Amino acid sequence: MRRLEILQYMIDNLGLIGERTLQHVSIVSVAVGLAILTGVPIGIAITRNRQVADAVLYVASIIITVPSIALFGLMIPILSTIGQGIGYLPAVIAVLLYSQLPIIRNTYTAINNVDPALREAARGMGMTPGQRLRQVEIPLAIPVIMAGVRTAVVMNIGVTAIAAYIGAGGLGAFISAGIADTDVRQLVTGAVSVSILAIIADFFLLWLQGRLTPLGVKT
Amino acid sequence: MIKLEKLTKIFDTPGGTITAVDHVDMEVGEGEICVLLGPSGCGKTTNLKMINRLVVPTSGKIFIDGKDTDDYDPVELRRNIGYVIQQIGLFPNKTIEENICIVPDMLGWDRKKSRARAAELLELVALDPALFLTRFPKELSGGQQQRVGVIRALAADPPVMLMDEPFGAIDPINREVIQDEFLKMQQTLRKTIMFVSHDIDEAVKMADKVAIFRDGKLEQCSSPDDLLAHPANSFIADFVGGDRTLKRLRLVKVSEAMSKGAPSVTAESPVADAVKAMEDHGHANVVMVDERKRPRGFVHMNDVRDKKGPVSDHYEALEATVDAREDLRTAVSLMFSNDVTWLACTDADGKYAGYITQRGITHLLGETYNQ
Ligand SMILES: Nc1ncnc2c1ncn2[C@@H]1O[C@H](COP(=O)(O)OP(=O)(O)OP(=O)(O)O)[C@@H](O)[C@H]1O
Ligand SMILES: [Mg+2]
Repeated sequence: MRRLEILQYMIDNLGLIGERTLQHVSIVSVAVGLAILTGVPIGIAITRNRQVADAVLYVASIIITVPSIALFGLMIPILSTIGQGIGYLPAVIAVLLYSQLPIIRNTYTAINNVDPALREAARGMGMTPGQRLRQVEIPLAIPVIMAGVRTAVVMNIGVTAIAAYIGAGGLGAFISAGIADTDVRQLVTGAVSVSILAIIADFFLLWLQGRLTPLGVKT
Repeated sequence: MIKLEKLTKIFDTPGGTITAVDHVDMEVGEGEICVLLGPSGCGKTTNLKMINRLVVPTSGKIFIDGKDTDDYDPVELRRNIGYVIQQIGLFPNKTIEENICIVPDMLGWDRKKSRARAAELLELVALDPALFLTRFPKELSGGQQQRVGVIRALAADPPVMLMDEPFGAIDPINREVIQDEFLKMQQTLRKTIMFVSHDIDEAVKMADKVAIFRDGKLEQCSSPDDLLAHPANSFIADFVGGDRTLKRLRLVKVSEAMSKGAPSVTAESPVADAVKAMEDHGHANVVMVDERKRPRGFVHMNDVRDKKGPVSDHYEALEATVDAREDLRTAVSLMFSNDVTWLACTDADGKYAGYITQRGITHLLGETYNQ
């Protein structure tokens, strides 16, 4: 009978599930979008200097080891000074920070792995560094950069679920309420929705990766 | 056209300094192909890359068309020099058309004009534009990619081309084909070309001038024939190989070794005329031609002395003839395979032009050694 009850709860709350899914997607996509805008240029910039690259990647991997609960805790006093200690903003910032490592690292690796012969051909033909990036290096790096974005999105759908504890909303709200009220219906609804969202997002990004990969590079 | 003055490149490496190119002076004339040749690590690539500033010289000067390349913006300079790298380097994310049009696009050519040019260039190297323009590099064989690599460098019609072992990545048979195609193109294009190779046969075939390097130093720079006939030192003699005289066979045309003004007879001529012609010319054979002056047979002195009647009663068929535009290698090969010591030569219309003998060839090749 338990199962039926859970199903009934889901059907009765379809509207709420949709609303919280949208909140969830909004946090992750805004944050990962910003992470792409920052991480990709950083990943490209650090290919110029090995030492700087090592340092940046080290910092990014330290950030990712900080548990999300701790990170939220750290942000509350800081962001409170602008009245944003809890809610949407700290959630976006956390996801933005966690996304840096996969995106920077994949960008850095992909650009570095572009065949040196292609770089030399491009230089020898008179391409400027900017033209080289736009016409050769970035198009060839897209599949690997997109793989980094996928990692970031899937990982941060989980992180965002925890952000419900700081009032950011999203599907995590079902889980936190479920724990507080020992309500299995809400608990399962939240867990299942988050999982499905992660799977769908992963498939969507895989499709997008295929679309963005230049035809001549596809295997 | 290209002039190098005391060009030097010293690399600083953790293991010490490496003098890759050492005070090189040389000049390549307009429309010439100069092949840089030498053992691995002797500085050929470095020398080439200094010309388009991919490597900045430690000292020395490079002039193109009398202008110091220091005075150009490197990007500008490179767009006006065709560059073919050894690894081909087609961009996998671009179609063949896009690859060919890179430099024209950067130079701001009209799109229609550059796309038409791409199709035209593909035809020049025997690749069907309808088939290849929209393909990606990975859909081409190695030899086809190499052809595209070469025409990509030609796309913006630069007066100067730098080519680093452009045909290195193809099998020997296809390499010959591409070399021939390239030489044919060069006859009309007349580019000034510096070409790196480590294959002496390729150098002899392609070059107007061969520059031989050792440890960064230019050891000898001369015409292929001169190089083979007069290697400046034992290193060069070893490098060009013990069979260097045989290699020269490729360089000399049949027409150069052919005795011209040789007499001929027709089938109707009396034998006495043939004998007189042989005596006058001092050759023990005379060629019989048909009404269109094509060689059809010959009579030998010993067979016809004191004989009567027309030549048609006494002639022997010719086993082989050779086109006077071929090289001596072809002529010698025909002589060997037909077991003859001389060949009748024909001109472009197939008419009898003269004959070539083994002695004549030996004499011609030997002559330069006794100068
Ligand atoms: N960027 C570099 N840094 C340090 N040393 C270099 C560099 N480029 C070339 N060299 C050295 O300079 C010398 C000449 O190299 P180069 O590539 O010009 O030789 P190469 O004649 O083209 O040889 P190969 O026939 O093998 O291509 C070599 O000893 C090489 O190790
Ligand atoms: Mg080289």
